Amino acid sequence: MTDLAHPPARKSGAFGKIVLRWVLYILLGLFALYYLMPLFVMVTTSLKSLEEIRTGSLVALPREVTFDAWKTAWSGACTGIQCEGLRPYFWNSVLLAVPAVALSTFIGALNGYVVAQWRFPGANIIFSLMLFGCFIPFQVVLLPMARLLGLMGIAGTIPGLIFVHVIYGIGFTTLFFRNYYVSIPSELTKAAKVDGAGFFRIFWSIFLPLSLPIIVVTVIWQFTQIWNDFLFGVSFSQAGTQPVTVALNNIVNSTTGVKEYNVDMAAAIIAAAPTLLVYIVAGKYFIRGLTAGSVKG
Amino acid sequence: MAPILEIQNLYKNYGPVEILKDINIAIEPGDFLVLVGPSGCGKSTLLNCIAGLEPISGGRLMIGGADMTDVSPKDRDIAMVFQSYALYPTMSVAKNITFGMKVRGVDQETQTRKLQEVASQLQIEQLLNRRPGQLSGGQRQRVAMGRALVRDPKLFLFDEPLSNLDAKLRVEMRSEIKKLHQTLGATMVYVTHDQIEAMTLATKIVVLKGGVIQQIGSPSEIYNRPANLFVADFMGSPAMNLIPAKARADGAGARIEIARSSGTPLVLIDEHAPALPEDVILGLRPEDIAEAGFRAGADVQDASCLIDMVEPAGADTYVVSELGGKPVTARLHSETVATPGEMLNLSIDMSKVSYFAPDSGQRLN
Repeated sequence: MTDLAHPPARKSGAFGKIVLRWVLYILLGLFALYYLMPLFVMVTTSLKSLEEIRTGSLVALPREVTFDAWKTAWSGACTGIQCEGLRPYFWNSVLLAVPAVALSTFIGALNGYVVAQWRFPGANIIFSLMLFGCFIPFQVVLLPMARLLGLMGIAGTIPGLIFVHVIYGIGFTTLFFRNYYVSIPSELTKAAKVDGAGFFRIFWSIFLPLSLPIIVVTVIWQFTQIWNDFLFGVSFSQAGTQPVTVALNNIVNSTTGVKEYNVDMAAAIIAAAPTLLVYIVAGKYFIRGLTAGSVKG
Repeated sequence: MAPILEIQNLYKNYGPVEILKDINIAIEPGDFLVLVGPSGCGKSTLLNCIAGLEPISGGRLMIGGADMTDVSPKDRDIAMVFQSYALYPTMSVAKNITFGMKVRGVDQETQTRKLQEVASQLQIEQLLNRRPGQLSGGQRQRVAMGRALVRDPKLFLFDEPLSNLDAKLRVEMRSEIKKLHQTLGATMVYVTHDQIEAMTLATKIVVLKGGVIQQIGSPSEIYNRPANLFVADFMGSPAMNLIPAKARADGAGARIEIARSSGTPLVLIDEHAPALPEDVILGLRPEDIAEAGFRAGADVQDASCLIDMVEPAGADTYVVSELGGKPVTARLHSETVATPGEMLNLSIDMSKVSYFAPDSGQRLN
């Protein structure tokens, strides 16, 4: 009986599977469209002329593609009284983000290495305290940090902002590297010690070469955090040292009669481009690095 | 000759927990010392203390006559092979082997020469450019040994190096390590929980339990004259039979009575026995019980026993009967006619008997 009843049951099962698969694809496609919609509107709007924006529909494709808005956003839009576009602020952000990411990643690697592989009394307490640092809201430290930067004589400068971001980043970077290094067998460190290598030699020759996946994760994370930061940027910078996020806000908020939506959109895309680029280039390493397990050897 | 490794009154604590208690060991150059014991007995900790990877809490440690108690591992002139091999995953086999020399600033020419020597000795020349991840367990094991061999150290330390290999490879690598020891004449300290490894490799065995040395001696001393019930039970497979018995002075020797389920006790006479308390535990290796007529000697005595179980194991046949309320295993030749449920005449070699005190577990003869 069961033998006879089996084949038709299997056929309907296969049919059900195909239907389910199509439903899944359609749902996923809808979600993807939904998420892509704002980007689509941003890109098309940035390529339209002001005239067209006024007369046309929000979701329509541009009748005539023009890059004027991009040019203006990059080098001509006004932030308050100055009208030099995003360009100087974009470079401010680069000058800020690159050293801050490099420094916080390096310090995190070193911290993680110590906490995971050179156990000392109180290592766990210190690690927990650093972890606690990840969860302190930015707003809480604004005033003390302003005072500290003033005392150090780097208030309102890019090095000052680098300092703030490095300090704030260490909690996360240490956590990343510690969790990665803790899965590396301690016998590796022991073997290197017997081989005569010291603290830094073991770090450079053995641990850093193993760390590429977690370095990618940390760099992406830190770069996104620092590039996208607005609060620290607006609080601890002054005219001439403002990062791109602050400049974007100023462009959008300083209106001279007509609201130039196309320029605003182009500026927003320019400001977001580096983080997008980082995700597109290194995204797959991000997932790989987050799930990377211990090293066999 | 001066001892190459001397450990004096070594203590090791983790906080209030004593891991090692009053360890005293001395070995001569060329010795193969095996630290053996059940897991958690402190044998690996002791090896780490010798390597300097764990600080010691008390006592002294000398290598080659020099006090090394507070010296860092790199200055102790030792090499170590780890259980997980601990090969550097991002380096090639060649770089793994030469890393130590590179760190020490040995010149390139010497590095290459030594690498070639060791590679040919261990037959890993064709693997030199591979990464550890591309090697099999046995090959990794060889590379780990190679990394130790290039050092030409005063002392080789092995931390359960064979426990990650399958049974066949383990036996192969075991004899290779033994060969290596013989050709190099090097001094080695080797940690294992496998008592057969200990017996086959060692020139000297230290049996540890709960951080305390139970016995130090040559493999034959440990096997034939175990110092207490723990050693007797731990070393040897199948384990030594430990049979509760009553002893009574009888002329120069002793009259040993062992209870049997049939009612009448088995009586054995040991003419060389020392003065014994009334309650003793009799220790008998399975091979010291033979079929009647197969063992000759003045001290061989016959005993008729009811056979409970017969276990043929190829070369030998193990026969189990009950004496003194304990199952007693005898190792008989493979053609034995023993049948479960029937009586069999066995002969016991009383010259090989060990006596232990039931309460303290200490050896009495």
